[in-house]
Amino acid sequence: MSFDASSARGDLILTRITKEYGDFKAVDDLSLTIPKGSFFALLGPSGCGKTTTLRMIAGLEEPTVGSIHLGETDITTTKPYQRPINTVFQNYALFPHLTIFENIAFGLRRRGIKDVDAEVNKVLNLVELPHLAGRKPTQLSGGQQQRIALARAIVNRPALLLLDEPLGALDLKLRRQMQIELKWIQKEVGLTFVHVTHDQEEAMTMADTIAVMNEGQIEQMGSPADLYDNPETAFVANFLGQSNLIKGTISGNDGDSLVADLYGQKISLPKSRSHATDNSIYAGIRPEKFRISLLNTPVSGNVLSGGRIEDVSYIGVSTQYQVAMPWGQELIVFEQNDDGVAPFNKGDAVNISWAPIFTFALRGDEDITAGSEVNPEVLDEE
Amino acid sequence: MSKKLADPSIPKIPAGAKFQRWFGRNLIRVYMVVAFTYLFIPVAYTFAFSFNDSGKSNLIWKGFTFRNWQNPCGAPEVCSALGNSIKIGFLATIFSTILGTMIAFAIGRHKFKGRSTSNLLIFLPMATPEIVLGASLLSLFLVFKINPGFWPTVIAHVMFCISFVVVTVKARIASLDPRLEQAAMDLYANEFETFRRVTLPLVAPGIAGAALLAFSLSFDDFIITNFNSGTVITFPKFVYTAAARGIPAQANVIGSGMFFLALAIVIAGQFVNRRKAR
Repeated sequence: MSFDASSARGDLILTRITKEYGDFKAVDDLSLTIPKGSFFALLGPSGCGKTTTLRMIAGLEEPTVGSIHLGETDITTTKPYQRPINTVFQNYALFPHLTIFENIAFGLRRRGIKDVDAEVNKVLNLVELPHLAGRKPTQLSGGQQQRIALARAIVNRPALLLLDEPLGALDLKLRRQMQIELKWIQKEVGLTFVHVTHDQEEAMTMADTIAVMNEGQIEQMGSPADLYDNPETAFVANFLGQSNLIKGTISGNDGDSLVADLYGQKISLPKSRSHATDNSIYAGIRPEKFRISLLNTPVSGNVLSGGRIEDVSYIGVSTQYQVAMPWGQELIVFEQNDDGVAPFNKGDAVNISWAPIFTFALRGDEDITAGSEVNPEVLDEE
Repeated sequence: MSKKLADPSIPKIPAGAKFQRWFGRNLIRVYMVVAFTYLFIPVAYTFAFSFNDSGKSNLIWKGFTFRNWQNPCGAPEVCSALGNSIKIGFLATIFSTILGTMIAFAIGRHKFKGRSTSNLLIFLPMATPEIVLGASLLSLFLVFKINPGFWPTVIAHVMFCISFVVVTVKARIASLDPRLEQAAMDLYANEFETFRRVTLPLVAPGIAGAALLAFSLSFDDFIITNFNSGTVITFPKFVYTAAARGIPAQANVIGSGMFFLALAIVIAGQFVNRRKAR
């Protein structure tokens, strides 16, 4: 066989990749390094180019321009079967005419591996389904098929394992369980996982590093906590969870902090979390960082006063409030139901406060609805 | 009837509505019995008269005998005609299945200039009246100074069978998930191995069905064959000619035999499919 898996190991490096379909740019000048051994997620809404990127890494598509390297080896134009890369396909793509055993053995047999039986049984034990070896794929449940698809890929010990919306077809409970299991298996086998998903929760649960993609480009890359607490764009702020974005201007400078004026009220925010390019900003605060207090209660940190409770929704672990502010904006606040205090009522006049460290600032000319209309539950059809 | 149902306080469903309900539920069964009777009476008649102690003409029931079944080649020429039909059918099936499958893959899997035109043209032989095809083919053969006979008949059969093979195999290819082939390539199978180990096994039932269809079309064909076979007598030609002086009961034997063979193949196919699915 023309390929040698061991020769091409190391980081995956995409250099200035563009993929055009006619006039449409699915991926637009994308550069990316995925470190060896990491669990990496490409996160974005339907049509953002994440699946195209994955298919180019797998060799199922060729980039229009740019290069892909695995370690030192240029794999840009090599065939899928010449790459030490395996894929867990969306909807699994198990071979319906072969048994589970033969499905898993497929890659080993093509590579001429000697001890097929032992390898297949080992991986069947890893996914805890050794009793299904003789069955056909159609006789398995969705969750079982998912694990077999995973087993069929990792049995080859690829330099890189690609997961294309692997949990999309499973129900919520099973999805949660598989998220934890996948993470565990990744640690266990020590392979590099590249995971494509539209589900921000899934990406945050599993990945060490997430690249948020939008319109063929990487919007922001970082650890889940980094992306969530310090988003650089409105798209990231809205696509990963919810954000309150309040228009304002930078009015002062105080050591490591900036002072901002939000509709006449002064707040402070860390310089490290400001991504503004001039004085015009959107101040961003996550709903769970806010605290609500009645007018005469003393509070510390940043305070916005003059709010009125518009709506109260009790959702178990927390209560969600909508608070109308004097400038006409409604802010969303999540309060934990952990202090036995009676919730606030509709119509209460309140102040909103939070710790300054939890404030981030976006450029003032951003479209603050970016990333918020996309419904992350819609399954990627690519 | 249980006590509960006899309770007069529970409103009863009127008998008329009950009948309507029964009728509604069983209408499809009644219809099925009628339709199958209609379809199978000729087959049953053919089968019954294969046991007729007929003599020359097999039109009037003269008594039961196994003699026709014991000696199916008893009537003059019947088995040589059958042999010709099987030979022609076999060759036509092989050529049309191979060529048709290749066309089906080309149309079903590849984008090329003229694909939609090919897609349309492939239906043309199916839509053209056989009598026209047969006559044109004969004149074509004569223009090229090819005398009607065995091979011109095979060529003619291949021509009209191809369309049916293409349509059947293409349907199967269309139902094939392209991700399966991508998965095979992803798992280190090159193009040839992917075709041999994934594509072909998955399309095979369609190809087998197409081959059976091609054989039965070829075996059955009279009109086109009549124009192009010259002195070669096929089974349908034999039956047609024999009709003038009385069809021998052996023709019924062979006809019934073919029917049961086809039935056996269908049942075996179902059985294999069910075992595979299990």
